[in-house]
Amino acid sequence: MRLLVAALLFACSGFAFAEDPTFELTIRDHRFTPSEITVPTGKKIKLIVKNEDATPEEFESKKLRREKVIPGKSQATILVGPLTAGEYPFVGEFHENTASGKLIAK
Amino acid sequence: MIGTAVIVFRETLEAALIVSVVLAATRGIRHRGLWIGTGVAVGLLGAVLIAAVAGAIASAFEGVGQELFNAAVLIAAVVMLGWHQLWMVEHGRELAGQLRALGDSIRSGGRTLAALAVAVALAVLREGGETVLFIQGLAATEPRIEVAAGLVIGGLGGTVVGTLLYFGLVRIPVRHFFRVTGWLIVVLAAGLAAQAARFLEQANVLPALVPQLWDTSGVLSESSVPGQMLHVLIGYTAQPSLLQFVFYGATLATLIGVGYWRVTAPSAPRVARTA
Repeated sequence: MRLLVAALLFACSGFAFAEDPTFELTIRDHRFTPSEITVPTGKKIKLIVKNEDATPEEFESKKLRREKVIPGKSQATILVGPLTAGEYPFVGEFHENTASGKLIAK
Repeated sequence: MIGTAVIVFRETLEAALIVSVVLAATRGIRHRGLWIGTGVAVGLLGAVLIAAVAGAIASAFEGVGQELFNAAVLIAAVVMLGWHQLWMVEHGRELAGQLRALGDSIRSGGRTLAALAVAVALAVLREGGETVLFIQGLAATEPRIEVAAGLVIGGLGGTVVGTLLYFGLVRIPVRHFFRVTGWLIVVLAAGLAAQAARFLEQANVLPALVPQLWDTSGVLSESSVPGQMLHVLIGYTAQPSLLQFVFYGATLATLIGVGYWRVTAPSAPRVARTA
């Protein structure tokens, strides 16, 4: 049974992530910078979210079906796509009033 | 402090519900308290260790190591629960007989207790690991005493609700008891499998297939306490994807199907031991 789990993890490591378009998002003073990012459709996308604040933030997007807590002064990677054309809003769940933005896929 | 208490309450509640169901389902098996208790202790220790290497895990596999780790932990727990359930299909009637006679707890079930101890340890590890990371983050900016108070209040609250569930379950009449707890284990496992599917989606390893089959967050939100309890106990999800639905259904079908096969196959041992 453990072998099955190990095999699953090993299989995942073989995926070629290196070629995916990569975009950066920064959290500063509980805001996302930039608040809008344009990304290509039909491709897997790598989103690197850097949290420059001292407190953690939770990146959440219902439309992208992603949520991830990013500790203070660190970064996290979120993989999405392939996406169809459209807008994909996201928020910082811990500071929803100020932290929001969207991915625009075209 | 309130913020810490709420977070710790929710995480503790999830683990406590799983521990309660497992404790109820193993009622009558000798030493099961020791096994389950050890599972909890190992899980707590593991949670602290995991939190220490959380950064390394998270950045593994191109940044989705945490999601893959969670998925692996959940799938391992599903396998452990399934293994116990298969054993119970054959021995449940014995256990019920023993309980009814108020006799000694039966001696068998050692290996399945190990599997359940692992399942419990994994649950505590997952919830505990998240809690430790939250606490570390909060302790960086909030006064330590407030974080500690929130930790204690939240932890106690979650444990109390889990205990209430256990005492509620053991009031079920013996003739129905193992059938009910058996079903609880099966849907618990299916729910964990659906959670694993969600993490595999988040890691972008498996596609959602259909992103959202329905949205019942207006009816019952997963962030409400009853919603969260149903989430843990039966795998309720307000906005499930097709992938999650498939994992849920496949786990249900496998556990139920293999159970029937074990009981009806010609070579299956007949449960004939009398009290």
